[in-house]
Amino acid sequence: MGLPGHASALIASALMNIAQTPAFVLHRRHLLGIEGLSRDEIVGLLDRAEEFVDLNRQIDKKQSTLRGRTQINLFFEVSTRTQSSFEIAGKRLGADVMNMSVGSSSMRKGETLIDTAITLNAMHPDILVVRHHASGAVELLAHKVDCSVINAGDGSHEHPTQALLDALTIRRNKGQIERLTVTICGDIAHSRVARSNIMLLNTLGARVRVVAPSTLLPPGIERMGVEVFRDMREGLRDADIVMTLRLQRERMSGSFVPSSQEYFHYFGLDEKKLAYAKPDALVMHPGPMNRGVEIDSLVADGAQSLIREQVEMGVAVRMAALEALSQNLPNA
Amino acid sequence: MLSDRRPILLTNARILDPSRDLDFPGDLLIADGVVRDARRGIGAAGVPEGTEVIDCRGRVVAPGLIDMRAFVGEPGAEHRETLASASQAAAAGGVTTIVMRPDTTPPIDNPAMVDFVLRRARDTAIVHVHPMAALTKDLKGAEMTEIGLLKAAGAVAFTDGNRSVTNAQVMRRALSYAKDFDALIVHHTEDPDLVGEGVMNEGEFAARLGLTGVPRAAETVMLERDVRLAALAGARYHAASLTCAESLDVLRRAKDAGAPVTAACSINHITLNEVDVGSYRTFYKTAPPLRAESDRVALVTALADGLIDIVMSDHDPQDVETKRLPFAEAAPGAIGIETMLAAGLRLVHNGEITLPNLLRAMSTRPAELLELPGGTLRPGGVADVIVIDLDVPWVLDPNELKSKCKNTPFDEARLQGRVIRTIVAGRTAYEYV
Repeated sequence: MGLPGHASALIASALMNIAQTPAFVLHRRHLLGIEGLSRDEIVGLLDRAEEFVDLNRQIDKKQSTLRGRTQINLFFEVSTRTQSSFEIAGKRLGADVMNMSVGSSSMRKGETLIDTAITLNAMHPDILVVRHHASGAVELLAHKVDCSVINAGDGSHEHPTQALLDALTIRRNKGQIERLTVTICGDIAHSRVARSNIMLLNTLGARVRVVAPSTLLPPGIERMGVEVFRDMREGLRDADIVMTLRLQRERMSGSFVPSSQEYFHYFGLDEKKLAYAKPDALVMHPGPMNRGVEIDSLVADGAQSLIREQVEMGVAVRMAALEALSQNLPNA
Repeated sequence: MLSDRRPILLTNARILDPSRDLDFPGDLLIADGVVRDARRGIGAAGVPEGTEVIDCRGRVVAPGLIDMRAFVGEPGAEHRETLASASQAAAAGGVTTIVMRPDTTPPIDNPAMVDFVLRRARDTAIVHVHPMAALTKDLKGAEMTEIGLLKAAGAVAFTDGNRSVTNAQVMRRALSYAKDFDALIVHHTEDPDLVGEGVMNEGEFAARLGLTGVPRAAETVMLERDVRLAALAGARYHAASLTCAESLDVLRRAKDAGAPVTAACSINHITLNEVDVGSYRTFYKTAPPLRAESDRVALVTALADGLIDIVMSDHDPQDVETKRLPFAEAAPGAIGIETMLAAGLRLVHNGEITLPNLLRAMSTRPAELLELPGGTLRPGGVADVIVIDLDVPWVLDPNELKSKCKNTPFDEARLQGRVIRTIVAGRTAYEYV
């Protein structure tokens, strides 16, 4: 209503295009991490997500791929953007989406992770989207259920959809990922985003660097295919992409770094440090940001920032992931 | 069921006695709970009437194993293991003497508790059981226990179990005091502050799994402190479970300097490594953690050289409630008393260590260190004897394990060789059929 005729026609043809494109199929039941995904699988998901980006900019975004399917978002750790992103993605594909977070669940009453999994499994969900504070917990849960499981972040281990959305954002802005120099800065030790990104970017042929104080670098990280730096200026030199990671509040006051002031001085991404990267370098952050701790507002909101676009890509990537797994579900 | 106490003659065996460096084909005669004779041709010369004659052709006869470190849940955690179930498991693994950890609930930190455990074991266990006593009251690491009275009551060593005494002054005084009673102090060498949140070996694999690592320095720092304090006090000190190559340098220096220091490593650390953790397999979560393959190799070499004195099971039964959890939240520990020998035989078959050296570290050395009978086939000694088939292939079925808990890292492992018969004080306590 209220749209000029040619615009409606454009939308209709765009929708038809999308409808005609065959869904990308992941030949696995779960998406637990980037580790183990092939280059083709990653590229397949990104290509499909690209189409969902277009769809998501239409007025009618509703698809029916997941019609009749039940998706449960099981979050043992609070999350705003990831949970809402998965919720929107599921709903746009036509699934019935239910959110369960730890605050209101019986995990608080001492029920174990396994018991929760078994209980939920009895309700016949088709897809579980799970976040948990312990590394490996999502995989443990996946062993106990009959449905597909997507890891929405497990401890310091993996956050595969974040790495996929980051890759999509980079690809759309740089045209490629291969041979780009990507510098990841900040709390590498406790970051699942860093691990998933290191693996994905390596698989797609980027050169990956990490920069952090030694207390925030896990020993052995150099064996994961990254160049390790302790100085931002060196780590950022000629970088195409700069990713900054969130520094958790409890790690700022003496246990890992002396103070947030000192951290910002040496590792906070401000315009001065960003100047060491390539002039057309782009800045990313998985959010939520601590402005003035790991990133300066001028950079976060500046022309080189992709931070808002990352959020948009998140929905598209999650739609691609949900769709790709749903093709393997029984009766699909 | 215990069989009667008639004499037993083991014939045509390979008699292996690490306590006397003997390894010869022959017979072994047991009567009245002691080894009567061990030589060639006893059978031909005639034996007492009613003797049970067992043909051990192709098999090894050796001293029963003495497991220097096992957790038994009695008292306080009987759902995990009792003295009865632990002793059944021990007998099935060729272990004729269990040396138990004192960190029970309540802990074994007073003579009445030692007495309780000894009585309970006498009534319910089918192998010998000796408790170690707590080194500090209530395992708190602050005040030493009644070392003299506890030793008199039957405690064979003093340890705070899987806790380290972090206060160096407490440790120094305990060592000094223990020296006057010639008591052995056994210490878990893991600095808890350096361990921190760590749950597996620090390094690439921990980094990949997103798990916090335990640095090797957590062990070497504590061990270095301990051996210096032990030298200062002149007291007998034993490192309970060493895991890494760097610790061996510390140990070697201390031994070369003449300090009264000994060390053990667990069967897990000489047969497994950090890669076994795989994708968060909690049965491979141990404290101290499994280390790198290079550490494992260094430990085995040190064991073959005699630098490492003892191999123990570090038996620690954990049920599904404590193991079926995310890796970081799961309890550490693995059962092992029943599989210690079979797992160790892997090293023998691979040519990493000789059979006499393995058996010495599992029987003769702990007997010497703890001043216990056993660990020898010398005539007149207690008849704690095992018969081993070195070659029989078998697959470990956790349901057949005697232990109450099934947290074995050798779940469905292909093993070669096992105990065929376990004789405790002259009675057959276990027979493999």
